[in-house]
Amino acid sequence: MSFRTLSLGLAAATVLAGTALPAFAQDSIYVPLFTYRTGAFAGSGTFIADGMHDYLEMLNQRDGGIGGVKLVLEECETGYDTKKGVECYEAVKGKNPVIVNPWSTGITLPLIPRASVDKIPILSMAYGLSASARGDIFPWVFNPPSTYWDGLSIIIKYIGEKEGGLEKLKGKKIGFIHLDAAFGKEPIPLLQELAKDIGFEVALYPVAAQDMQNQSSQWLSARRDRPDYVIMWGWGSMNGAAVKEAVRSGYPMDKFYSVWWPSEDDAKSGGAGAKGFKELNWHAVGANFPALQDIQKHVIDKGLSKASKDKVGEVLYNRGVYNSLLIAEGIAMAQKLTGKKAVTGEDVRRGMENIKLDPARLKELGLEGFTEPLALSCTDHNGHRPAFMQEWDGAKWVKISDPIEPMTDRVKAQLDGAAKDYAEKNAGWPKRTEACDKAS
Amino acid sequence: MFYREAGQFKTTYVSDSAIFPLRQDRIGLGFIIAAAYALAFLGSDFLLQAVMIPFLVFSLAAIGLNILTGYTGLLSLGTGAFMGVGAYACYKLMTAFPGVNVIVWIFVSGFFSAAVGALFGLPSLRIKGFYLAVATLAAQFFLQWCFIRIPWLVNYNVSGALDAPLRTLFGTPIMGPNATSQTRYLLVLTIVILLTWIASNLVHGRIGRMWIAIRDMDLAAELMGIRPLQTKLLAFAVSSYYCGVAGALLVFLWYGGAEYDVFNINQSFFILFMVIIGGLGSLIGSFFGAALIFIMPIVLGMALPALMSPFGLSVGSDTIEHLRFMITGALIIFFLIVEPHGLARLWQIGKQKLLVWPFPY
Repeated sequence: MSFRTLSLGLAAATVLAGTALPAFAQDSIYVPLFTYRTGAFAGSGTFIADGMHDYLEMLNQRDGGIGGVKLVLEECETGYDTKKGVECYEAVKGKNPVIVNPWSTGITLPLIPRASVDKIPILSMAYGLSASARGDIFPWVFNPPSTYWDGLSIIIKYIGEKEGGLEKLKGKKIGFIHLDAAFGKEPIPLLQELAKDIGFEVALYPVAAQDMQNQSSQWLSARRDRPDYVIMWGWGSMNGAAVKEAVRSGYPMDKFYSVWWPSEDDAKSGGAGAKGFKELNWHAVGANFPALQDIQKHVIDKGLSKASKDKVGEVLYNRGVYNSLLIAEGIAMAQKLTGKKAVTGEDVRRGMENIKLDPARLKELGLEGFTEPLALSCTDHNGHRPAFMQEWDGAKWVKISDPIEPMTDRVKAQLDGAAKDYAEKNAGWPKRTEACDKAS
Repeated sequence: MFYREAGQFKTTYVSDSAIFPLRQDRIGLGFIIAAAYALAFLGSDFLLQAVMIPFLVFSLAAIGLNILTGYTGLLSLGTGAFMGVGAYACYKLMTAFPGVNVIVWIFVSGFFSAAVGALFGLPSLRIKGFYLAVATLAAQFFLQWCFIRIPWLVNYNVSGALDAPLRTLFGTPIMGPNATSQTRYLLVLTIVILLTWIASNLVHGRIGRMWIAIRDMDLAAELMGIRPLQTKLLAFAVSSYYCGVAGALLVFLWYGGAEYDVFNINQSFFILFMVIIGGLGSLIGSFFGAALIFIMPIVLGMALPALMSPFGLSVGSDTIEHLRFMITGALIIFFLIVEPHGLARLWQIGKQKLLVWPFPY
């Protein structure tokens, strides 16, 4: 390579590096979406990204944005990688985002302490740090509608009821197969505490991120231990592989429960044998809602989405819609509270604290019956809403239970302990200075 | 024309064996360092926080691996784990002794990494090449296992993650969320310059010659009186020291918090690629490698949409991600075909051409 070409190349690279980031007009609201359509977790991330994008794009197309202000949507690809997620955060920070959705517990953790400094609220919907449900300690972090601890307590409660009372779980063995990362390990302390209180036995089956596709050794141990129930905390390709392995190892599928992440595709990978597999959910499956019909009309039919029409209504697509519903409600509430059109991150933080999704509001949004009502407040950033159980019937998810309340009494102690612990360990953790709105 | 040696006479051995014998080189280096410091006041938050700090951190880790792989010829796949040891040691130290300034602990944490590195370097007397690479791979997996399995390392944190507490230097926050990217950058820059200067003195002196002798022909080196075990272990210790400090900087001055997964095998490969692309056995190559592997994808991510939009092509973030992989991969192959000795060799050729221009002879 001649020196001349090299220097030309370097010069070109320098010029490119210097190009300024695109600036956004003042009369718009910038909503960055962190997505992972690539990498090992793309199997889950793609549908969520589509759902998130399509709902907000539908508001843009149908209503011209929120409150007459157009939303500027921009995706940043994280690949579920903390390094890239932090890079994305730095890239969007300067453009005045009103809210950030990290969509990964690993990315959420480093962002939590920064949120209050940068004045950007974080929406980690039902993932991230469970303790961040405490609004008085984490004013900038929101994780509605349920924490992982709520989720675990709901599953245990459901199993207990099936056995005929929680105390009947005494002497039983519950297997816990989880992704061996912060996400999967978070429910373990609560599980162990419940085990001590109720008297059941726990068998842990950790799956390292690099072995997600190969869980034969874990399921071999499960076959040896013969747990009465298996609970799964998995994500990405781990879910599909677990269902497949469970079927292959002959584990009774009606005793196999999961937290809310497996999708249709994950269940399908188990083939016909996956029938009976159960998971928690807190929103409806299917596309028979006016808002979702509007997405098809205004976004998908116009070719503005990456999703195909048949994906609308699937578990993870609707999860993405729910996530965007929260963003949109936070923005709308912020506009109502401040009277401003182009709201900022600080306004949206206030808006999120005042979210009130009652049945009337849901109906107005075209999502009647889509989900349980939700109301957040200054101290409660989670809601600790009930979730229901759904079962895979071989072709689709079927709702099989009424909403089940979490065991709040048990979860609360754990949550308060963890929140206090976090604030203590991070010496100098700021006291909440943000004023609470009267309404909340 | 650009560069003239003429008129610069060396009258002592010291000046003749200097690392930068030419006045222009010394001025150039001074200029680069001054520009790096000036960047702290001119650069945007994004440039400092998302580009320069990680670039410097990875450069430091690449220097560490280069000492081992480039100068001593011992292949290692455990870089990520050794970085992790530094990060976890730093976390334990600064939470156990909050009164001592954290900068002290950043430097001390490297010694823990050095000890662990030397321990896993013990087999290097008997095995080398691929066999040693596999031994260090064991270090990678074993240490990563420790990071997940020993809750003591993260002070029994439920989430199993490290997070940077607030720490100050002369009353200015340098760690934790309140530290500005400017102060963090200045701190990282100073540490990297200091350690690079020490590394430069090491590899150009007696110890560096011992390492190079071992790399080029270990039998001959032994016959000349160099003791292989001590020399190799020293290389492992020094290399791990650098990686450990880089790991501590990575978590506490860049991320501000991290899971164990940051120190996985991919991180080790990432650093190894930097060393190979940058140039084995070259300190400046470590910086070039880090720039190519880390900064170029960021530049591509910004440049590709800008380049494509005039043609009416709008691409999604996922397509850009794939394009990044493809272009970076193609460029790595291209550079290695054009110059197997890495970017550092290209730099050297460029300098030589400038020295003799316009009369190449």
